[in-house]
Amino acid sequence: MSTVVAIGADAGSTTTKLVGISHDGVIVWETIEPTEPRMREQLERLLATIPGSGGSAGPTVPVVATGYGRNLVDTKHRRVTEITCHATGVYRSIRSSGTLIDIGGQDSKVIVIDAAGGVVNFAMNDKCAAGTGRFLEVVAARMRESVQDFAALALSSPEEVAISNTCTVFAESEMVSLLAQGHAIESISRGLHRALARRVASLARSAGAVAPLMMSGGGAHNVALRALLENELGAAIRLPAKPQLMGAYGAALLALRRAAA
Amino acid sequence: MSLANQLRYHLNVSIVGNSVLRLQRWQGEWQMSRPGSWQNAHIAPPVAVAPRLKELISRHYLKGQYAHLGRKVAWVTSGAPVEFLVALGYFVLYPENHAAVCGIRRMSESLCTAAEDAGYSPDLCSYARTDIGSVLTGKTPVGKVPRPDVLVCCTNICQTVLFWYRVLAHHFNVPLIVIDTPFLYTEATERAVAYVKAQLEDAVIVAERVAGRSLGFDKLKQATRYSRQACELWMKIMECGQHRPAPITAFDEFFHMAPIVEMRGEAFTVDYYAALLAELEQRKANNIGAVTVESKRLLWDNLPVWHRVRWLSEMLAERQVALVASTYTNAWGELAHLVDPERPMESAATVYLHPILNRGTGHKLKTMRRMVDDYQADGVILHSDRSCKPYSIGQIGQRNRLADELGAPALLLEADHNDPRAFSNEQVATRLSAFLELLEK
Ligand code: SF4
Repeated sequence: MSTVVAIGADAGSTTTKLVGISHDGVIVWETIEPTEPRMREQLERLLATIPGSGGSAGPTVPVVATGYGRNLVDTKHRRVTEITCHATGVYRSIRSSGTLIDIGGQDSKVIVIDAAGGVVNFAMNDKCAAGTGRFLEVVAARMRESVQDFAALALSSPEEVAISNTCTVFAESEMVSLLAQGHAIESISRGLHRALARRVASLARSAGAVAPLMMSGGGAHNVALRALLENELGAAIRLPAKPQLMGAYGAALLALRRAAA
Repeated sequence: MSLANQLRYHLNVSIVGNSVLRLQRWQGEWQMSRPGSWQNAHIAPPVAVAPRLKELISRHYLKGQYAHLGRKVAWVTSGAPVEFLVALGYFVLYPENHAAVCGIRRMSESLCTAAEDAGYSPDLCSYARTDIGSVLTGKTPVGKVPRPDVLVCCTNICQTVLFWYRVLAHHFNVPLIVIDTPFLYTEATERAVAYVKAQLEDAVIVAERVAGRSLGFDKLKQATRYSRQACELWMKIMECGQHRPAPITAFDEFFHMAPIVEMRGEAFTVDYYAALLAELEQRKANNIGAVTVESKRLLWDNLPVWHRVRWLSEMLAERQVALVASTYTNAWGELAHLVDPERPMESAATVYLHPILNRGTGHKLKTMRRMVDDYQADGVILHSDRSCKPYSIGQIGQRNRLADELGAPALLLEADHNDPRAFSNEQVATRLSAFLELLEK
């Protein structure tokens, strides 16, 4: 295994991801864990596990931290927002300008990337869980399904119930009453995915989305959401190899760039 | 005013109050002049005239506290014609300014809650909720707010004020003067001006009756003259921000604007702004920037987030960003040229038709474009204010057009000017940081 020369740490609201890259920007080490309440300790512990990077004394190679917990890392490390990191990671993976849709645990972002890989514009969901990964987690859990299985149900259904709410709390009660009316879980699931896709699509349009479309974050693994988003926005979505690691990967690339500068 | 009350008013305000406030000002000036008294490495020390501002505002509210001894009190909307009230000797109170003070002093949340407990919707403007909450509970950070004898509501800022002032009229059981200003999609027509002027004339009659005296035309001209002078000086003060580095930021202006809003038409306001301008000119000459190291310059649109002004200003300064101008503070200077002291009624009718909020979104976009040029701004922060719908409407289109047509990146920042519950520190910090990263690239 090549040596880790730069590290990216993405302490998200739901999962914490760490990536180590080699001098040519290839991921050579990675880890992902659910985010713990003691984020600072968790980050320190994970940073110490990176092979050949300083052990408990902390990494000797450059680190860039991102995500909601970015301010919890040692002040000697640089902090960069998820927006810049996701754009950097995805641009390097797909090597294209366009519009990146990132569906994370607690927010969704639309980032317009220019030909040089820079951020031109971005938009984020407003102050609630509507339009985020959390929305699907809550409704899937209510149905006692995993998010993946719940998405597969949506795709298996030719029918779709119209669901007006993207508010997580209201959608849950709407779902319960639809079940009580005898609607099939499959068509309800499709309706819920549709509501989320519409919400994200309108965020994308407001940010002035341009083709091609790309996706990152945990939400990129959701087949139903991806299919319905393509349908709403009328364009195919390209995925990087490891969508969920893109924030950490971008952070690592920025760390490497800084080390080279 | 009976002679005894007159004496008590003068004793409390002009003699005791003034002396105490003067002493506090000297104390403030002395403290500021001590070496090491200013600790922030990213922001320049406040201007030396700052203690005078504090004195002016405190004196204003002090006069309010003793107004019951004989001065009539008018509560007015921020965009209302005020010169005739000043000329009639009214003590003029601005509920919106008072609400902003509550916001700065971290009282607005509990006052908004009090209004909501009384049945007012959380969707109502947070200024209205703060003030209604203050009226209902009697709580205020300024000591005491005098009861109004008359209310003057001008619809040139929004329609919310119309309903808000009806609530106040009902609560206090006092006359309500409404000045309806037709919305300007393009230019003001002669009929619109005549319509507003006729209402102003009616307003004067009501205000004279309540005050128990008639309006002296010379006094009206004088108040209008002071208004114009203050607006002109205010404009020049803001224009100092065009200099690199900017000696004043919009964050500073949010505080220095208090006199132009609530003490228009007064000689002391003119004096204060003349002193502030002189000091800023000096800072310009010495290349002293309000932000110690100024790398980027931004324009702000919409009201300030009163409960987070300091937090935001420190965050930007740390990143070497100066907020060099705002459409909001600009609104109190840009109409100076329309004020004509020789024709006070006609010119008031024209001036009060033209605030930015009484004009189409195209006008605001044009203003922002011009300001981006004049102030050489690298980008724009559009505060999408949950409370102020008329100011926030059209911002998504404005953001896209500023970016596409001017190449000025613009950020839509969701907040609320006076309700901290509609503000998320973490979300705002992330958006703002990402925007600054975009500018720095
Ligand atoms: S809605 Fe806007 S213009 Fe109207 S009172 Fe509130 S802040 Fe002022």
